[in-house]
Amino acid sequence: MAARAIWKGILKFGTHDVPVKLYSAVQDHTVRFRLLHKTDKQPVKQELVSSESGEVVEYKEVRKAYPLERGRFVILEDEELESLEPEDSRDVEITRFVDPDEVDHRWYERAYFLGPDGDAKAYFAAAAALGKKGKEGIARWVMRDREYAGALRAEDGYLMLIVLRHADEIIDADALKPPGGRELQKREVAMAEQLIEALHGEFDPAQFKDEYRARVVDLVEAKAHGRKPKVVAFRPKKVKEDDIADALQASLAGAKRKAR
Amino acid sequence: MAAEELEDFEQPGGLRSFWTGTISFGLVTVPVALYSATRARGTALRMIGPDEAPVQRRYVCSKDEKVLELDDLVRGYEIEKGKFVVVTDDELEAIEPKKSREIDLKLFVDLDEIDPMYFERAYFLVPSSGTNKAYRLLAEVMEKKKQAGIATFVMRAKEYLVAIIAENGILRAETLRFADELRDPGDVGLPKKAKVTAAEAKKYETWIARHTKKLDARELLDDYAERLEKLVAKKQRAKADIVRVPEEAKEESGGEVVDLMAVLSRSLGGGAKRKPTKRKKKSA
Repeated sequence: MAARAIWKGILKFGTHDVPVKLYSAVQDHTVRFRLLHKTDKQPVKQELVSSESGEVVEYKEVRKAYPLERGRFVILEDEELESLEPEDSRDVEITRFVDPDEVDHRWYERAYFLGPDGDAKAYFAAAAALGKKGKEGIARWVMRDREYAGALRAEDGYLMLIVLRHADEIIDADALKPPGGRELQKREVAMAEQLIEALHGEFDPAQFKDEYRARVVDLVEAKAHGRKPKVVAFRPKKVKEDDIADALQASLAGAKRKAR
Repeated sequence: MAAEELEDFEQPGGLRSFWTGTISFGLVTVPVALYSATRARGTALRMIGPDEAPVQRRYVCSKDEKVLELDDLVRGYEIEKGKFVVVTDDELEAIEPKKSREIDLKLFVDLDEIDPMYFERAYFLVPSSGTNKAYRLLAEVMEKKKQAGIATFVMRAKEYLVAIIAENGILRAETLRFADELRDPGDVGLPKKAKVTAAEAKKYETWIARHTKKLDARELLDDYAERLEKLVAKKQRAKADIVRVPEEAKEESGGEVVDLMAVLSRSLGGGAKRKPTKRKKKSA
């Protein structure tokens, strides 16, 4: 079944407008649970109470506050918060094109397909051009009162827009000190390299299945029919550091046997 | 809603490792703890009640309105409207794959082979045992060879496909979406590809070529958060609408970033026991 467009916009390739519809490329299959009251198995709901008086507070009575230091807050009225919202627009501005490897993986958040909204010729021409150039466009747009940044990509002749996290949502790995210690032995490094080479393959995501999700569904079904699910315990492994060289050697031997 | 409730349920607050286990490649195992490498979007605003005190959430039964403690709660799966199958933590744990505490890297792929649409969320992996040699060995070799290790593992009652990536001597786990969680153009119902003439594509190519530049991370800053902070600073200067909150009502928000950096620095520096002076705290 075809997906429903969740937004319509206009890609601004300079003076060339490409009208597009936005579709989610992600379909979530996570098994969702509800929280229940243990004794009567009824769903629970959340209630807000004052931390001072313990009295119930209605949602419409709630005001937002920005935390300052030492337990102080600045209250922000709804009108003030509304005044911060970006102006409505249908435009998706493309500020620049970059090499895809400049975009940190951690920025990628959620993928959307773009489809043509009327002018299919412009859409497919833009997609073909982007694919040929092998670039990613950095896009900015406003959707439902929120500003987004995204990476515009060509995906098999179609356009895809991947929402990017804000730069300040990413914790900078460069600010962290990598673990240190005595220099690694050349022999161990060489063996580890060989092992990784031996385990090298193509990335084929279809070969990985969410088996746990299937088990959860089975569990729920078993219980719904009054059957008792089986229980298997997990035992953690003990690790010995000194044996790395031996372990590498044995792994390499194993990997080579398999390759033959 | 249900997912958020569970989140609250399982995360009473404060920073802690989401998951501890081992990464293995071949017969070599690397004990690690996993920490989020991203933080929540924007600034967390608190909710204040009419009495100018922060509000707290509590659970009540939808039927008898009884106020519930965490011990009064169980997970339920709705099999039909209003009918639930109760699933306990023990049961969920019991069906975890035998190796749920192990990220077994049986496959290494070229890092640039992973399509960006798969990436979901990043975590830092830090060595969780006293020794870190295996960790450093894996990080060094993977970074040098520009490889990502691929595996699946279970964390907090969900299975993840994950790419283990090394950067700056630090290992990261990037969760990936499963293939069946991603649509293709056919699933979405996009029209068949139309033929494009060279001339039509050319004008876009010219535009792309002319506007290809280096990435500027400033374009990815959160403008809304900046406007919010400006407004707050203005109100603060005017001493307008400032409320004070009793200490015990304070939440963990605000300190999160510093704490995370401190924890990570401590954990990552854990191997360098001989030179504690070098273990300085870094702030974002």
